[in-house]
Parts: sequence; structure tokens; C-alpha cells
Amino acid sequence: MSQSYREIIENGLWKQNPGVVQLLGLCPTLAVTSTVVNGVSLGLATALVMAASNAAVAPVRKFVPAEIRIAVFILIIAALVTVIDLGMHAWFHALHATLGIFIPLIVTNCIVLARVEAFAAKNATAPSALDGLMMGLGLAIVLALLGGLRELVGKGTLLSGIDLALGPAAKQYVITVLPDYHGFLLAVLPPGAFIGLALLIAAKNWLDSRRAGSPATSPAAAVVQDH
Amino acid sequence: MTERDASESITRHALATAAIMTGFSLLATVMLVSMHFATRAPIAESEREAKLRLLEQVLPHSLYDNDLLQDSVRIAPGGELGNRDHTLAYRARLEGAVSAVILEATAPDGYSGDIRLLVAIRADGTLAGVRVLAHKETPGLGDYIDIAHSDWIRQNFDGQSLAKTPDDAWKVKKDGGQFDYMAGATITPRAVVKAVHKTLKYFDAHRQELLAAPAAKE
Repeated sequence: MSQSYREIIENGLWKQNPGVVQLLGLCPTLAVTSTVVNGVSLGLATALVMAASNAAVAPVRKFVPAEIRIAVFILIIAALVTVIDLGMHAWFHALHATLGIFIPLIVTNCIVLARVEAFAAKNATAPSALDGLMMGLGLAIVLALLGGLRELVGKGTLLSGIDLALGPAAKQYVITVLPDYHGFLLAVLPPGAFIGLALLIAAKNWLDSRRAGSPATSPAAAVVQDH
Repeated sequence: MTERDASESITRHALATAAIMTGFSLLATVMLVSMHFATRAPIAESEREAKLRLLEQVLPHSLYDNDLLQDSVRIAPGGELGNRDHTLAYRARLEGAVSAVILEATAPDGYSGDIRLLVAIRADGTLAGVRVLAHKETPGLGDYIDIAHSDWIRQNFDGQSLAKTPDDAWKVKKDGGQFDYMAGATITPRAVVKAVHKTLKYFDAHRQELLAAPAAKE
């Protein structure tokens, strides 16, 4: 069961990427990614929760009886998410207002519990923390790409709203890629999220099959077990 | 193992499990309580700042010299303003005399759900400014009511009053009124115009109470 650190990193970022391979936690993935800033913010918050919850569960895993492990895991995850929610509310007020309900909802993102149950409950603390972080970052990268794609096609800009995260001075970092662009509403609305995610999955599968050197056979379908 | 031993060990196991669960719950409680106390002051402070920034948008600084958040009147839900919860009306004062009142109005008939507005009315009944606090209108179509997307709300409402515009002209141009709208989204501005109109009428009807009521405790 024990994996090398290299394998853990590869799994989180690519082979078992939660966003485009495991397809876990689609609710926030699809809902929040209307801009890069939103996607990255929620992605990083999720990565933080995943690293912290894996790191918190691994050292106590031997004291938690099997019958109540899910209850204890959820309790730990919910407490950590609440801590992060309160922290963001206090110190990143505008961003907190934008992401709103999706921060508390990280609790219900099944990828968090999935990694705690599948990895942290069976491994030592250091690899567990790394696994949580890498899985979280893998998801954050997907959210960033999806946010970038939708923002570019939908509004013709990148990084709009960055002032919400970094203060009004950051407004100058907003990149207008297509000036005088009238926008493409579909990309910003929910269907754009599904289409964008499908394109990302297709791109990953294409890269994998090209790297394997085989004619484009369909890779094993990802196991879809979302809420 | 006798039957008695077995039932005793089951009891012991159940108690141990319960104790562990309680331990984890206590630990989580301690963590949450300390985080709550650590963030309580910064959260209150940043909410206050966010609110002040909003109020400053609808009301020019030259119109008041008091602390807006300290001088408010509670308005019960269910009245003409359309609010579903208690809201606060803020009073702006210049050298003690009320120069303007800021009301929160709700337009219940937006294209998708409530549109919440902040409406600043000068003591003489003219509009100092209107802003959208929250809305769920279609991005790219109905969201031009938001100052972040267009100047529509300033061009149409700044300086308006009941005296200037008769009741039957408080409609969008398509319905025979005098307010602009953008093609493709008429329901949204229609709701906003109606809500601003009813807010002005509310101010007109409750002028005395609003200006004279003692300030509510926050």
C-alpha cells in the first residue's frame, strides 16, 4: 500500500487527478469556475483543507474504531473547513463574499473524505499530508484551467476580480486579452462548465494516449461516484 | 466465555467507542471556539468596512459628517419596501440636521429572484444615488443594473424625485415611461424602477418618522 513520494505526486497531479480522472467533487468544480481567480481561490482553499485533514487524520488513525471512523473523519474535516471559512471571512472579506457558500460546502466535497478514507486512514502522517496537498493541487490546477477557459471565451479577460483577493491595488493585473469583446454568455453559464470540463478531460486523454504511443484507444473510463 | 462476560465486553466496547467520539468532539469544539474568538473582531471590522464602502457609494461625502452606521432606524419586514427581514435605514447628518436617508429596498420581481437595492434619498426627496446590493440576473444581459457593468443606474436615477417625474412615468420606455432599458432585458430594469419608485413613495409617506425616530441600537 505504501507509495513513494514521487508516485503520490504523480497520482495527485496527473494519473488520479480528482478533477479530470476521478471526477470527484464536481459540484464546486462546475459552479465556481467562471473566472481564474474564483477557480484558483476555491482550489487552494480545498487543497489546504485536504492537506490539513489528511495530516490530522493520519496520526490518530489507530485510535479511531472502525465503526465510528466516518463520523470522526467528517467531524475533523468540518472543523477544519469552519476554521478556514472564519479565517477567510476575517482577512479576505471580499473574496469570501464572492465564493460564499462554496467554502462551507468544501465539507461535502467527496474528494476530501475520499482521500482521508482511502489514504490517510492507512498511511503515515507525512505521505498523507503530501497526498492531500497533491490531490488538492491537482484539483486546483483543473479549476484554474477551467476558470481560465471560461473567462477567456466568456468575457475576453483573464484574472478579472483579482482585486478581491489581493486588494484594490491588484486591479492593474487584470489582462484584457480580447479588447472590445462582447462576451460569449454560454461559457460563463453552467453549460459552459460542463463543456469546458469535457474538453479538459478529452485533452488529458489525448495526451495520455499520444504519450503511450498507441493509436487512440479509449482509456479506461473513470469511475464516477459523485454525490 | 459466559454470556455475562460477552455482554459486559460489548458494553465496554460501546462505552470506549462513545468516549473516543466524545473526545474528538471536545477537541473540535475547543478548536472552533478559539477560532471564533480569534476572528470575531476582524470579521465585525471588515463587515463594517464593506458596509461603509457601500453607503459611501450612494451618498457623496459632502452630504454628511456623522458616523452613518451609528445612526439608523429599524424597519420591520412586510411594509411597502418589500423587505423580508428587518432592515436598517441609515441617516446622514450635516451639523446635526438630517440631510439624507439611506434605505434598503427589495425588488421581488427580478428575472431570477429578488434584487436588493440601496437607495439614498436627500431630505428634500431627490435621489442621491441607487446601487444594487445583490442580484441573480443573467450575466451579460440583466446585470447592467450593477454599477460594475454599466452606468445605467446612475444615469437613470441620480437626481430623480417624485416631484420631477409623475407617477405614471415611473416605467421603462417600452411600457410608456421615461426610463432607459437595454434590449434583451426589460424585466430586470422594470423591477428596479418599480422598487425605486415605491421606495420614494415610502420615504414620502414616512418622512417624519424616519427623520425624527431615535437611533436604534445596533
